[in-house]
Amino acid sequence: MTYKFFPHTDEDIRSMLRTCGEQKLEDLYKDIPGELVFKREYDLPEAMSEVEVRRFFDELGGYNEPLTCFVGAGCYDHYSPAVVSDILRRSEFLTSYTPYQAEISQGTLQYIFEFQSMMAELTGMEVSNASMYDGCTATAEAMMMAVANAKKRNKVLISSTVNPIVIRVVETYAKFHGVEVERIAEENGVTSRADFEDKIARDDVAGVIVATPNFYGIIEDYTGWADLCHEHKALLVMNCVASALGVVKTPGEWGADIAVGDGQSLGVPMNFGGPYVGFLCTTKKLIRKMPGRIVGATVDADGKRTFVLTLQAREQHIRREKASSNICSNQSLMALYVTIYMSLMGPDGLRKVNELGYSGAHYLAERLCATGKFEMAFPDKPFLNEFAVKTNLDIDDFQEQCRFMGIQAGLKIADNTLLLCVTEARSKAEIDELIEQVEQLTSQEEN
Amino acid sequence: MNNTYYGKLIFELSKEGRQGYSLPKNELGDYCMENLPANLMRGKAPALPQVDELTVVRHYTNMSNNNFGVDTGFYPLGSCTMKYNPKINEEMAAHHAFTCLHPLQDIDTVQGALEVYYSLQQTLAELAGLKEFTLNPFAGAHGELTGLMVMRSYHLSRHDEQRTKVIVPDSAHGTNPASAAVCGLDVVVVKSRPDGTVDVDDLRPLLDDTVAGMMMTNPNTLGIFEHNIAEIAKLVHDAGGLMYYDGANLNPMLGVCRPGDLGFDIMHINLHKTFSTPHGGGGPGSGPVGVRQGLEQFLPNPRVIRHDEEDGHYYTIGESDNSLGYVSGFLGNFAVMMRAYTYLLTLGRENVKWVGPLATLNANYVKESLKDCYELPLTGVCKHEFVFDGLKDKSTGVTTLDVAKRLLDYGFHAPTIYFPLLFHEAMMIEPTENESKETLDSFIEVMRTIAREAHEQPDMVKSAPHNTPVRRLDDTKAALDQIVTYRELNG
Repeated sequence: MTYKFFPHTDEDIRSMLRTCGEQKLEDLYKDIPGELVFKREYDLPEAMSEVEVRRFFDELGGYNEPLTCFVGAGCYDHYSPAVVSDILRRSEFLTSYTPYQAEISQGTLQYIFEFQSMMAELTGMEVSNASMYDGCTATAEAMMMAVANAKKRNKVLISSTVNPIVIRVVETYAKFHGVEVERIAEENGVTSRADFEDKIARDDVAGVIVATPNFYGIIEDYTGWADLCHEHKALLVMNCVASALGVVKTPGEWGADIAVGDGQSLGVPMNFGGPYVGFLCTTKKLIRKMPGRIVGATVDADGKRTFVLTLQAREQHIRREKASSNICSNQSLMALYVTIYMSLMGPDGLRKVNELGYSGAHYLAERLCATGKFEMAFPDKPFLNEFAVKTNLDIDDFQEQCRFMGIQAGLKIADNTLLLCVTEARSKAEIDELIEQVEQLTSQEEN
Repeated sequence: MNNTYYGKLIFELSKEGRQGYSLPKNELGDYCMENLPANLMRGKAPALPQVDELTVVRHYTNMSNNNFGVDTGFYPLGSCTMKYNPKINEEMAAHHAFTCLHPLQDIDTVQGALEVYYSLQQTLAELAGLKEFTLNPFAGAHGELTGLMVMRSYHLSRHDEQRTKVIVPDSAHGTNPASAAVCGLDVVVVKSRPDGTVDVDDLRPLLDDTVAGMMMTNPNTLGIFEHNIAEIAKLVHDAGGLMYYDGANLNPMLGVCRPGDLGFDIMHINLHKTFSTPHGGGGPGSGPVGVRQGLEQFLPNPRVIRHDEEDGHYYTIGESDNSLGYVSGFLGNFAVMMRAYTYLLTLGRENVKWVGPLATLNANYVKESLKDCYELPLTGVCKHEFVFDGLKDKSTGVTTLDVAKRLLDYGFHAPTIYFPLLFHEAMMIEPTENESKETLDSFIEVMRTIAREAHEQPDMVKSAPHNTPVRRLDDTKAALDQIVTYRELNG
């Protein structure tokens, strides 16, 4: 069994077995009833050398097609500085466990403290946890947190303008957790204020979940929403696109009680859906109701400022079935990813990223509408870098033609509606290329 | 690891006017963000640090030097399976042909990625003796929750609404009851016998028509194989319940047993334990959930479906009407799957079968070599891990915590301590199959030295660690002060 991951020589095995008072390796399994032992060979391929593994993935990679991406909808193609992935490969970060032994884990504990500080800044909230799996599950956790906080209420409202992939995860968790989720209607691309006022007035709602920017890329006006929620003893939960919070009004400024979302837009590679990093920020008042890990500042025996996992009495390994959540860990390495990203970008870089996305998206929107084949789905609504357009073109045909040219032309969200996104990673030439496809398709149709 | 404490925060290196990024010029500057209504924009910019690139690189490099990873040294953290994270996994996970894919890209342009997903789930199914896996759950605890949702969905499909009771052994991980509670199920604890295995006589009266199922690890958290598993599974099945296998301890079973063959219906696997993906300081992990035939329909959406045709095969992403719903936005932590799949291809069928036996050999070797100095409550062969109940000689007042901290001085990570809860001074040790006899011998030597030090200089052991970047931390102060952001630290 000589193999690169097994350091055991035959002599090692013999001598170790002697220490154990056994003859052969099988003796170590003598307590397992024979009929339960797996006796055949696994039906798996033979071992591949590194040469073969590289060739294997090169070939498999050939069945993927990298496209110029004009889709957002929960995953954004942003630029990430070279520094970030390089530092993430440092094995002291990569190959460590959850920082239980604080004396030899200050690296992890410090960056989590930085992450919490930055997420609190970005969301305008007082506190943050050490991160969650992704934006969808973070929102589901916020839903359960609202219900636990309300004690005797088990209904949560969610706006129909929240990203549907978030809504369906929240609804799944709710179904099993015994929570009723009711949708607030959408009206012209934004959450219906009238429907919200009507539903919150019934005084049976534990929390209200809305989005900024919403699924259609629209920055909604939530003036007065928090007050109304609080008047009716409900928490306001805001699901956010992290990158946009560099410029748009924050959950803190809107008066929200919990800010959640995915940090993927902070430069994390799209990676076919993961890993990303969820965040959950809240008020100091609700800190003990917060799920997940939290790092706090303290001192060591010599009085040095240090960092440690804290408020663990809320957690599963202490409270078991009474814990605030079943979460055991965080998405630590991805939290480090966005922490380094935010360090490099700073307030100014984050603003420029949003400016570039804004300019590109508004240029694209204007040019698409100028072709006469598209019109804005919600013409009077303000958006940042993502927007919905309506068209009479066959969207499937249009997308197929674009794909042929190496472009992913948005996401079809209804028969005649396309959701498009532009980030700083898209050049003017790439945007023009997309518009060119519309013009070509149009002229083909005319012929 | 560097023993000099670094300790600075990036905020403390910030100076107004510095920048660490480069972005393209805005060729479309006429489309100006200032046109957005001011009342929808944030009042002032976030107080993020302003630092140049080299400062950032040095800061995080210095910080990493205060950390200890598997690449630094031996990490015998029980129940966590801190095995070596092969470098080829990282290289493949960073393959541009996969990292560049948007999860909502057209299906024709992601066939390679879908093949990785499908082939990995089939490989796991073969190793587990089950029918199909979902790779969507993000972590072990998330897999547990998903698995319990499968269990509940199965009962609901049979109009067995009253089945809400989940039986969990008293030695179980805290996550088991916590996941059950999140899933809206009630937890009932079954006692262990003196040998650490489930007490079948205590189990019998718990089995009625309100039982949804039973959650077990096998080997259990004491590293003991539950030899009554066939009987337990039969009892639970006869009562109409399902058997859930917590895959936290799957490593010693590779090459030896398959959970499906032991009578389990649903299980999760921690790719970051058994299949060598890095723990990353707490994540990202991946918690695939497998089920036996008949339960696939309840797995979460979306699912990757393979279609075989005469001239080849292709994949689609599908949804099942009977599915429990959605537990993730997309198809889970894909880059983690790339690592685990690379690992399994690298091992191949001829090597994967040695993982369990060698991990088990290492654990038994350490146990037998130390049982004269440390209290071994359960004798006989263990599997991948075992538990000491502190030092054999308790008269010195040196606790398990002290031993753990003293180990850090000698350049070893500590074992898992004060878990499982069955023993007061529990010290749970799991050396993986990757550790050499020499490494284990030096660990054994140090453990013996510490036992000696406990006699000769107990105060020195009680105040350990002495050679780490920082000394013991004040947990109470952290909990009282609740300083969790730089703003609070500074203000």
